[in-house]
Amino acid sequence: MVLGIESPAVWLAYVLSLASAALCVVYGIANWNKGEEPVKKEDVDWAKEEKAEVEDAL
Amino acid sequence: MDLISIVLVILYLMLTGYLGYLGYQRTKTAADYLVAGRSANPIVMALSYGATFISTSAIVGFGGTAASLGMGVLWLTVLNIFVGIFIAFVFLGNPTRRMGHHLDAHTFPELIAKRYDSRLLQVLCALIIFCFMPLYAMAVMVGGAEFMAPIFHISYDAALYVFALIVAAYVIAGGLKGVMLTDAMQGGIMLAGMAILLVATYGLLGGVTEAHAALGALRDQVPGFLKAIGHQGWTAMPKFGFAEAGLAPPGGVAYHMWWILVSTIVMGVGIGVLAQPQLIVRFMTVKSKQSLNRAAAAGGIFILFMTGVAFTVGALSNVYFAQKEAIACRIVDDAARLDPGPDGKGKLALVPGNAPEEIKARAKRFVSYRLPGASEEAPLSYAMWTDKTEIERGAGGAPDMLRPHLIAVLRSVGLGTTLQGNTDTLIPAYVRSALPHWFGVLFMLTLLSAAMSTMSSQFHTMGTALGRDVFEQYARHEHGSKSIHVTRFAIVAGIVVALVLGKYVRGNIIALATAIFMGLCASSFLPLFVFGLFWKRMTKPAAVASLLVGFLTSGFWLLFVNGKTAGGIGLCQAWFGKPNLVPATWSLTWTVVDPIVVALPLSILTAVVVALATKPMPRAYVDYVFGGPKPSP
Repeated sequence: MVLGIESPAVWLAYVLSLASAALCVVYGIANWNKGEEPVKKEDVDWAKEEKAEVEDAL
Repeated sequence: MDLISIVLVILYLMLTGYLGYLGYQRTKTAADYLVAGRSANPIVMALSYGATFISTSAIVGFGGTAASLGMGVLWLTVLNIFVGIFIAFVFLGNPTRRMGHHLDAHTFPELIAKRYDSRLLQVLCALIIFCFMPLYAMAVMVGGAEFMAPIFHISYDAALYVFALIVAAYVIAGGLKGVMLTDAMQGGIMLAGMAILLVATYGLLGGVTEAHAALGALRDQVPGFLKAIGHQGWTAMPKFGFAEAGLAPPGGVAYHMWWILVSTIVMGVGIGVLAQPQLIVRFMTVKSKQSLNRAAAAGGIFILFMTGVAFTVGALSNVYFAQKEAIACRIVDDAARLDPGPDGKGKLALVPGNAPEEIKARAKRFVSYRLPGASEEAPLSYAMWTDKTEIERGAGGAPDMLRPHLIAVLRSVGLGTTLQGNTDTLIPAYVRSALPHWFGVLFMLTLLSAAMSTMSSQFHTMGTALGRDVFEQYARHEHGSKSIHVTRFAIVAGIVVALVLGKYVRGNIIALATAIFMGLCASSFLPLFVFGLFWKRMTKPAAVASLLVGFLTSGFWLLFVNGKTAGGIGLCQAWFGKPNLVPATWSLTWTVVDPIVVALPLSILTAVVVALATKPMPRAYVDYVFGGPKPSP
């Protein structure tokens, strides 16, 4: 019995939901300053076209 | 409405208007940040992604499903967070962003078309999205309407029209642009609403452990029709197994619930989210891997508070309804009779006083009542009568008190539902009945936010699918003004189809429609998307074959094998004179196995086999796709 839930298959889901969220937080904090990339011309061109053609159509 | 409710609604509308105004003035969509070479705040990005991901479908539809199936639905939360956030953000997000920018792709079909150098794939993907996404939009709209109806004491149909009108107004006001601050504000409201819901529910039921234990103790109240398909209580998983071939009910249906819970609800939706076109394009609006890393942290927490809370509260609503619900109302008739039809499976209809004795005999007894504040024209509410029902008549103008003591799914049985109830109404009923009215209004805003942020991306995706991905490909208009008309037409058509579907297929439909759409996306798009990102050997014929096998297998399974969908759509009955094509000598469990269990492995297998059997794509083109220079034509 964990947290008042008898079936292990169900309390495991409850605990793993919390654990998955914790995993996301730990990963996010551990990599907070990693993965920065310079903005390339193709990134900016993509964003400009997105604005001009997709967003303005809506 | 009381004063606090009015103030809340006005504040919400003012804030939305103000942020919309800011959006127009300073134009802060994700693309604006990128044009400026900056990244949006990671929390804003995560809230905006989460608000797109989670809708009334997850909260109202799947929350209601948890009220019926129990806390085992939390496995979907595990997948929502681990697959939908962690795997998506950490593994798929950045390659999608890089490939999208490099190939200058702006929609999911366009990304696939440019990855495989195939216009056919673009059109096929776009048509699947355009034809089937209204199903998901309908689920979101029904979720909103089911909530709005009891809160404002209006009929479901009226609520559906009001909801569609709000959506249309939002679209016309430019809501589809995805202004980050508006999305994030909606995400923030959702977070606050769900957090209060969780704390209030555990508080009401005496604490975390106490609430779970009380739910476990209700196991002997599982209704017969759920017990027959394997329900073992709301804190246990259903019975697992696969019925013996040729075995008729009851043995033949003994494991149905496990397969519905695990294959349709958990896998169909849990995996399907990776192949959602409206979420995939969101990765392209991100500046760098760093933004995704940071957003993963906030995303995990956000989803935990959305589906984790909705499913937990949904399941726990059983304790409230069975033990605590006390309705101050005016009892209209404590012996109203509702008739389920000759086979006992039809929609319940009111039995008039002069009905034949035979109908009166088979009809069930209900209590009909009117809530304070409801007008005389508003539809009456009903609660099934059992030997536990308690009624106290109010003296001297005081309201009567009704204590139905029913578990959730039976509490949802009433006029117009079958005797198996309509779980889509349970979360709204719980919020309306268990929590103060001002919270009902705040929660209404939570759901409105959840619906708007998801629907705006759905209609955006449907619109661009028809305008940019189909029309522009054939009309050969270089992004001309005509495709804008097609895009707008597609959006209007999407809203109308979702509305019409919502009007005619009410009842236990939200989770099912969402699961069908997500499963269809997973089986059709997931292999060609993921292999396309990571496997240079993947070829155009393999992508086409995988898409067709995934789509057609899912379609065949939905129309001719899955008992619920094949029976509901009725094509199998019309063509072959029987509800589904599963032979009598096979196991009946096949009729509840979700299409994704068969279609996704087949689609993956097809992709691998055909890719290895066909000529690799030209080296120069593959190099270009993975970051090299564009080959000269």
